[in-house]
Amino acid sequence: MSRYVMVIDLRRCVGCQTCTAACKNANATPPGVQWRRVLDIETGKFPDVRRRFLPVACMHCNQPPCEEVCPTTATKKRADGLVTIDYDLCIGCANCVMACPYDARSIVHEPKFAYGDQPIPSEAIRFDPKRISVSTKCTFCVERIDAAAATGQIPGVDRDVTPACVNSCISGAMSFGDIDDPDSNVSRLLAETQTFRMHEELGTEPSVYYVWDKA
Amino acid sequence: MKSRNQKPTERFSPRQQQNWDWRAAANFIFGGAGGGLLLLAAFTHLMGGDARLPLLAGMALIGTGLTCVWFEIGRPWRALNVYRHIATSWMTREAMVALPLFACGALAALTGHTVLVFAAGLLGAVFLYSQARILNANKGIPAWRHPRCLPLLGATGLAEGAGLMALFAPFVAPGVVAVVAVALIAALVLRVVMWRSYLSALRADGAPVGSLKALDAIDMRLMAIAHAVPAGLAGVAAIGVPGASLGLLVAGLLAVAGGWVFKFTLIRRAAYSQGMAVPHLPVRGRGVAGPRVKPGWTGQG
Repeated sequence: MSRYVMVIDLRRCVGCQTCTAACKNANATPPGVQWRRVLDIETGKFPDVRRRFLPVACMHCNQPPCEEVCPTTATKKRADGLVTIDYDLCIGCANCVMACPYDARSIVHEPKFAYGDQPIPSEAIRFDPKRISVSTKCTFCVERIDAAAATGQIPGVDRDVTPACVNSCISGAMSFGDIDDPDSNVSRLLAETQTFRMHEELGTEPSVYYVWDKA
Repeated sequence: MKSRNQKPTERFSPRQQQNWDWRAAANFIFGGAGGGLLLLAAFTHLMGGDARLPLLAGMALIGTGLTCVWFEIGRPWRALNVYRHIATSWMTREAMVALPLFACGALAALTGHTVLVFAAGLLGAVFLYSQARILNANKGIPAWRHPRCLPLLGATGLAEGAGLMALFAPFVAPGVVAVVAVALIAALVLRVVMWRSYLSALRADGAPVGSLKALDAIDMRLMAIAHAVPAGLAGVAAIGVPGASLGLLVAGLLAVAGGWVFKFTLIRRAAYSQGMAVPHLPVRGRGVAGPRVKPGWTGQG
């Protein structure tokens, strides 16, 4: 069975926010909601100052605290590692928002559009009323992953079945693939580098690895 | 590509939660007090008092809390979906407990039967525990997930229940006012010990700066007005000084108000998220890794 993870090479990320824009474009998130963000990290004092970038989103944890607290079973972890939300079951109680240590979840209680109260044509086409007043987050572009099963393509290798953020990354900092396959791109990358997972001390076992140095 | 209005670490640091407003806080405020009152009502019944009015008041408080949270959720007409995840969700378990609690409580208030009164008291305690576990299970809020938050919330519910029972005692259990006063003192001592223990552990273990600031802001007032004064007034009532019943009423009110202020502060003002952390800054070129980054926290967290 496949288990999908994302590996982000912090040495390569240039903070361009292309992944942020690609995510918004692919998932039609409303203004103010970013399923993927790139955070600025400035450290040190002049003249010894460093600036680094940290792409963050849902970590699709192997032990998701959001799933544990969800009273409706709307949040579920699939066998392939993706943590999903059933918008038809979610009651918008926000317990999962509180349980997530990665600030990955959002709830929007009324439709929001880029220019005023009315959607522009592209927004009108893609507006999904199911997403109002329920919890939403990064899905790892689950529709693409599911399409792979039908087409025989490989997520992380074939662009059609790879998350939009990974496809868009201009510096090749983001990789996606099956960690249970020792020959996958992510398995090789993890073997060749030193990585960390955020807030590992909380026992969530995130599926997003950050590369910080060579092995 | 950062906002000009934000400091570099602002999007990185813990942020005050904005999803649970006063309506969610009201569920914990009224629900915890109601659960505590049911338990204390059963205790008073054991001592020979009439538990019916306190039982009704406890259920009214719990019902008010649940109504408030019903107005909070995004899809209120799907609220029954809350019963779908008893395996791990304490919110489901809280909702499950509420059903027999209201049934037992109503029957106990109607009949005054001892078994039903005890069952209602026990279910009140389970309801209180479930609420404490709801908060404690939220890993995203360090002030809630701290192991000492759970006993503090339990002790707070007990103190509120004892405080409310002190309001009823002169009317429904005049023969055991002194016992209720002693119970209030014991509950206040328990709460203050748990409060100090929680606060010192939070400081020692590290927490978001905003959480500690919010909790420190109420610390002295909570100690004096919600513990020392009511404990003193209850002590006077316990030794049977004439006219001390009025003091017991004030003590009860202060004990309840202190618990409500604490819970509102915990749920609204001190509820800061985990924020982000980077244990190793990336190595670029021939450079070396930068130090660990975890802004907005005291200690190592």
